Amino acid sequence: MTDFAEIWSYLSQGPLLWLTATLIAYALGDACFRLAGRNPAVNPVLIAVALLAALLHLTATPYATYFEGAQFVHFLLGPATIALALPLYDSLPSLRRAVWPTVAALVTGSLTAALSALAIGAALGLDATVLASLAPKSATAPVAIGIAERIGGSPTLTAVLVILTGITGAVVATPLLNLLRLRDWRARGFAVGLTSHGIGTARALQVHPTAGAFAALGMALNAIATALVAPFALSLFLQGVP
Amino acid sequence: MLHALIAILSLQLLGETAARALSLPLPGPVLGMVLMLALLVASRRFSALIRPTAQGILAHLSLLFVPAGVGVVGHFATLGGQTAAIAVAVVGSTILAIAVGALTFAAVARLTGARDD
Repeated sequence: MTDFAEIWSYLSQGPLLWLTATLIAYALGDACFRLAGRNPAVNPVLIAVALLAALLHLTATPYATYFEGAQFVHFLLGPATIALALPLYDSLPSLRRAVWPTVAALVTGSLTAALSALAIGAALGLDATVLASLAPKSATAPVAIGIAERIGGSPTLTAVLVILTGITGAVVATPLLNLLRLRDWRARGFAVGLTSHGIGTARALQVHPTAGAFAALGMALNAIATALVAPFALSLFLQGVP
Repeated sequence: MLHALIAILSLQLLGETAARALSLPLPGPVLGMVLMLALLVASRRFSALIRPTAQGILAHLSLLFVPAGVGVVGHFATLGGQTAAIAVAVVGSTILAIAVGALTFAAVARLTGARDD
């Protein structure tokens, strides 16, 4: 009989083990979410990430080895972004009637995301590199990283901040918008997609199809808007910093 | 399903190529999404072909962020001694941006009579 350590060393090197682990961790996270009565505070992504991070730590597995398997899931982010055209297409009649609210919310939302992050960060004494990485964090990851590099931020830190912003938005959006007594699914979805990009859009799609479509729209438009807003917002805050 | 996958991947390929060739500030997949929307509008048959596959991919959209999320955990060290301040800035600005964006949308929708039904 083969030693367990030998089987483990074989499996831990291939993609099968960590691909399976990723799917199981997410299924467990999703089961917790359902058991909790679909409470947004019980975020399936957060649970899956915590489970996998603990497992990698316990088995002393490097992230590169994990990613060999997880890359098959990660790769689907691109095709999924293209598939988001479908909910947008289904909501086109509703979108056509909401041009002005969309433009207005894009301007105020995008400015608020960048300016408030910089204002809080500067008040708490964060340095210029961190501020530059904070400014584009509401844009979808590849856009945010590109912008951060151009304005003197750190790509790695920006990636961390983008994911944190996404998960925060997915967790707080429903209770926050209920508190504000907003019942317009378009307004709710658009603001969540604009602020929390793909992770917020995934959450909005779970809640309501119209919210999901407007979230996809918010994410796409803010990818463009952030390219203009982030450098402008940062320049306002860096004038005082030597 | 095969043809739908070919269409989705080809549009992503087209988006990536165009974004690089024209050095646009947008990622390839976002450009691909715009192209896909144009094709869906253009052809009813095309949207019927794409629908089941696109819905399949989108059904578990959250799952696709898990590998990147696990990567982020390893980089918490890059936050250094500024972790608390960064957390306050991220959470605070996320709450403000969602609130301001949604309130603006709802207010302008009411002013312009852009009702949802």
